[in-house]
Amino acid sequence: MFACGVYGFITRKNMIAMLVSLELMLNAVDINFVVFNRYLFPGAFEGMFFTLFAIAIAAAETALAIAIIINIFRAEKNIDVRNLDKMKF
Amino acid sequence: MEIVNMDYTQFLAMKQEIGLLIVFIVVFLYDTFLPAKSQKALPGLTAVLMLILTVCGIVFEAVAPETLSKTAFAGMYVSTPVIAALKTILNVGVVIVLIQSVNWANSSFMAMRRGEFYELLLVTLFGMYLMVSARHFLLFVIGLESASLPLAAMVALDKNRYESHEAAVKYILTAVFSSAIFMLGLSFVYGLTGSLYFNDIYAALTGAGVNMMLIVALAAVVSGVGFKLSLVPFHLWTADVYQGAPTSVTSYLSVISKGAAAFAFLVILVQAFGMLYAQLWEWMLYALIILTITVGNLFAIRQKNMKRFLAFSSVSQAGYIMLGVISDGAPVATAAMMFYILVYIFSNLAAFGVIGAIERASGKLSMDDYRGLYRTNPRLSVAMMLAMFSLAGIPPFAGFFSKFFIFTGALSAPGVGTAMYVLVLIALINTIVSLYYYLLVVKAMFIADDQCVIEPFRSSASERLGLWITVAGIIGLGIASWFFSELNVLTATYPLI
Repeated sequence: MFACGVYGFITRKNMIAMLVSLELMLNAVDINFVVFNRYLFPGAFEGMFFTLFAIAIAAAETALAIAIIINIFRAEKNIDVRNLDKMKF
Repeated sequence: MEIVNMDYTQFLAMKQEIGLLIVFIVVFLYDTFLPAKSQKALPGLTAVLMLILTVCGIVFEAVAPETLSKTAFAGMYVSTPVIAALKTILNVGVVIVLIQSVNWANSSFMAMRRGEFYELLLVTLFGMYLMVSARHFLLFVIGLESASLPLAAMVALDKNRYESHEAAVKYILTAVFSSAIFMLGLSFVYGLTGSLYFNDIYAALTGAGVNMMLIVALAAVVSGVGFKLSLVPFHLWTADVYQGAPTSVTSYLSVISKGAAAFAFLVILVQAFGMLYAQLWEWMLYALIILTITVGNLFAIRQKNMKRFLAFSSVSQAGYIMLGVISDGAPVATAAMMFYILVYIFSNLAAFGVIGAIERASGKLSMDDYRGLYRTNPRLSVAMMLAMFSLAGIPPFAGFFSKFFIFTGALSAPGVGTAMYVLVLIALINTIVSLYYYLLVVKAMFIADDQCVIEPFRSSASERLGLWITVAGIIGLGIASWFFSELNVLTATYPLI
């Protein structure tokens, strides 16, 4: 799932699709934590709590990224990353 | 599991955090409730409040350092005089950034958004405080995210400029990508050790062999923090973001967030992964430092835009800061790193202060526009020259001593071998390369006898004050290098481990 997310992030040209791929990566991490917690360390809840916080952080990240993408859409009228090449070395 | 009532008095252990929170609340209430005509005083008010916080930090450090040693939340949060000193160093930088940004914040465009800028800035600073104080990865991740997410909003603040949006989207996507990788590494560490406390991880890794999963986990953690520090090969966002962001935000991003991330990186590597020093991360850092310094320098040579130029220069400076991390938390190296961060704050903010003043007065950002600047604006050119000399490391300015101490620190690790001498030699050679491009700016300003396109202008009082402070810092820290030995005593008394 994490690898799917990385693949999507690298290949997608639409910024929303890139964001979805990023969500996929974050969710993969969350599942990883929950599974490790459930099967390796069933006595404690550290992984579960980490997951709860990670979900909240991911939600904040998405909200901010969407806001910035909407700004780009207003300026550019599309959200293709290939257009974001005004600054290059 | 028994249920324990939480002891709320332990929040009092977080002295500096509470101070910062009070500043934040005052600024927020001022911004929200006071009438529009009194809002012009907000930048000044924020700067003064942060100055008070800084002075309090220095006084505490000087009078009663032992009162700053605190632990809270079952060891999740730790504060020692060394960490408090680093936070005070960050505060110094923030005060200078605030002073320099007064003029920009009172421009007609920013009038609506003035409060947001200061609130976001204080929140990111709070996140950085948590980052350097965290001894548990949950608290660390929260600090990291609250330090980097509001920064994306700050980068996007300049709504009328297209570059600002482009920079913001590049920043947020790479930041989320890197934190995902970082958390993946953490999940593997958790799977291997069963804990997220730094010292539990350290204990669990003691005696355990190195396996594939551990290598992947550590590489993911290092690359995640490497993104924040813009180490090569994770530096690609740096130049674009620095160029696109408003200049005040760029200067904040380049010094404060970099300093905090570097120190947090040191704490993680030493306290959680200290057992793997010789086997794994010494060599990871070795490669990263060589790449960072060299690539940063080589790309800086071909830049024409001043902000991009400083972006690549800051990439290579981050490599030098990492020299303080590679000796596994030796007290001298830690002190050298803190000194380097302080000097870097002064030198880089002096450069950004000049660039910001010129950008505001004339809109010019290209290096070619700086040709013959000495004829039209002699004082700004001298300030810029001092900043460049300090960044390049020419004695007697502060930059020379910070580089000198950080090289000493890198060689102070126990059992230092030939490899480390080679590393320092490479760093030294790179200093000479960097001299070339820093002096290109000086040459453009002083020696080129073209007609300068930048008209003579008088910068505003706040900008001049900011420049005077930074110039005083550059020269003062160069002369008063005893400050380093003070830091050295501090780090030796309260070692990281």
